Amino acid sequence: MSVSQEVSPLIRPRSKILTRFGHELNWGDFVFRRVTASLAMLMLAALAAMAAAMVYGSAESLSKFGLGFVTAQVWDPVRDVYGALPFIYGTIASSLLALCFAVPISIGVAIFLSELAPAWLRGPVGFLVELLAAVPSVVYGLWGIFVLAPWLRNSVEPLLARTLGFLPFFQGQQRGFGMLAGGIILAIMITPTISSVSREVLRAVPSSLREGALGLGATSWEAVRVAVLPYARSGLVGAIILGLGRALGETMAITMVIGNRSEISASLFAPSYTMASVIANEFSEATGSLYLSALAEVGLLLFVVTVLLNVVARLLVWRVGRLPEGGSL
Amino acid sequence: MFSRYARRKFTDVLVRSACVAAAVLALIPLVSVLYYVTSRGIGGISLAFFSELPKPVGESGGGMANALVGTCKLVFLACLFGIPPGVLAGMYLAEFGHTRFGKWVRFSADVMSGVPSITVGIFVYSLVVLQTKHFSAFAGGVALSVLMLPTVTRTTEELLKLVPESLREAALGLGVPKWRATLSVMLRTAAPGIATGVMLAVARVAGETAPLLFTAFSNPFWSSGLNEPTASLPVNIYNYAVSPYEEWHRQAWAAALVLLLLVLLLNVSARLLVRQRVGAP
Repeated sequence: MSVSQEVSPLIRPRSKILTRFGHELNWGDFVFRRVTASLAMLMLAALAAMAAAMVYGSAESLSKFGLGFVTAQVWDPVRDVYGALPFIYGTIASSLLALCFAVPISIGVAIFLSELAPAWLRGPVGFLVELLAAVPSVVYGLWGIFVLAPWLRNSVEPLLARTLGFLPFFQGQQRGFGMLAGGIILAIMITPTISSVSREVLRAVPSSLREGALGLGATSWEAVRVAVLPYARSGLVGAIILGLGRALGETMAITMVIGNRSEISASLFAPSYTMASVIANEFSEATGSLYLSALAEVGLLLFVVTVLLNVVARLLVWRVGRLPEGGSL
Repeated sequence: MFSRYARRKFTDVLVRSACVAAAVLALIPLVSVLYYVTSRGIGGISLAFFSELPKPVGESGGGMANALVGTCKLVFLACLFGIPPGVLAGMYLAEFGHTRFGKWVRFSADVMSGVPSITVGIFVYSLVVLQTKHFSAFAGGVALSVLMLPTVTRTTEELLKLVPESLREAALGLGVPKWRATLSVMLRTAAPGIATGVMLAVARVAGETAPLLFTAFSNPFWSSGLNEPTASLPVNIYNYAVSPYEEWHRQAWAAALVLLLLVLLLNVSARLLVRQRVGAP
């Protein structure tokens, strides 16, 4: 057997420039690396540009209202007075309400899919849960207007008012459209996020832990409780924070069911308004630079909060294992 | 002793059934949405829906042909601006991404995928709409591509990393330059997976509404070229759903059915694509 001395025709050295390691520089590699690097740079640039555009757009409002913007309650485009508190309240309250519904369900789904379900059921159920994430937000909104809100108005809210009406949360006019509808629709939309990230986190738990607990005679649930959940805890918290980030920024579905009135009320039946909704409703019709600037500042607040939440969540999830493919949420 | 065992067994069964209940509960909205969109949307589907312009309020009939074409235009632009840079950036991360710069890029991609789509709308508004002084399909396409970019990048990276290193070594051992090895061997092997990721990203942006509200805006007529406000299915669904007109509600359900079918079709076929080529995931 003789080894061919010929060089592969794919190598055609065109240059004699040496890199600092003494290799001959391959122009193709050089160009390839520079081109891909500059596009990777685009990602950093886009994020930075986004931040810059937000700050620039809201400069007028920032300088005029300062910190008072987040504590002032009046939003009056006619008198050019802007305060974002009702929107901040609406955003936070609806998102927390959504977490109350979504967290137990999503963690239950994740435990079911990674620990308890028979193998043949995991694929199809996991796929259906992911389809839940595939339905466009605006379709949920449409369903919310014509199906969810009437159902809440006619069945759920009267029932809640009858049984728990002594609590301030369940008083007032029953419209269907309001905080409760918003919370439920957000919960539906963040359930796939939380459950799919949680499932990946649970999968990243070494099976030796599980097997050890089972080998000592633990039941399935005990194995999950004493071996799996403690190991996965920070990752699950990360999954929940990712869900929270998603809920805070969700726009269309909640705009369509929350009632869009800038009031702060303890009742879950009362209409409310979120930061994303006010931008969606008013941005394209805003006249006057201060008005636009105030809306941009609302966007800036939303941007900063969601970026911070994402950073925290990803650090937590990375501690346990890697995010699902693509890390896209 | 026995009672304690029985109690543990009971708790186990209780928690198991709670988890099953959670899974069932999570799927109820999906079933309900699919049921209502189909049953209410099917009545509005007709030839006119796909071929005519919307009629003014008060007249029945009409369709959303312009919005269908608009959505196709926007998605095409999003793919054009979003996929090539995303795939190239993903290749960078997979090949040279162990540096600190790579870490930052990866991190910012992850953070960017969590940025609310409405803020992307504001960003593109100030970047494109304020500069060109009008709403346009171009601006809408840019907004959607910004939403796609991080997903495409991270998917490409993850899938390139799944390709066995031995393939690259074989290519390099034959004397192929690194860039050829990446493009012709690694990328080609990972292509079906990347295609899946890209299709999922397309499915996601095809249904996006919020970033289009003040970039592509909407338009009751045909829009020619890329420099005019453009109607799209999601924005039309929104505008029609919040309007007080019965006829428009019917149209909104029909449009929702078409959009949902489009999105689900993309999703299902993306997953089948992966299953077919590399076996069940």
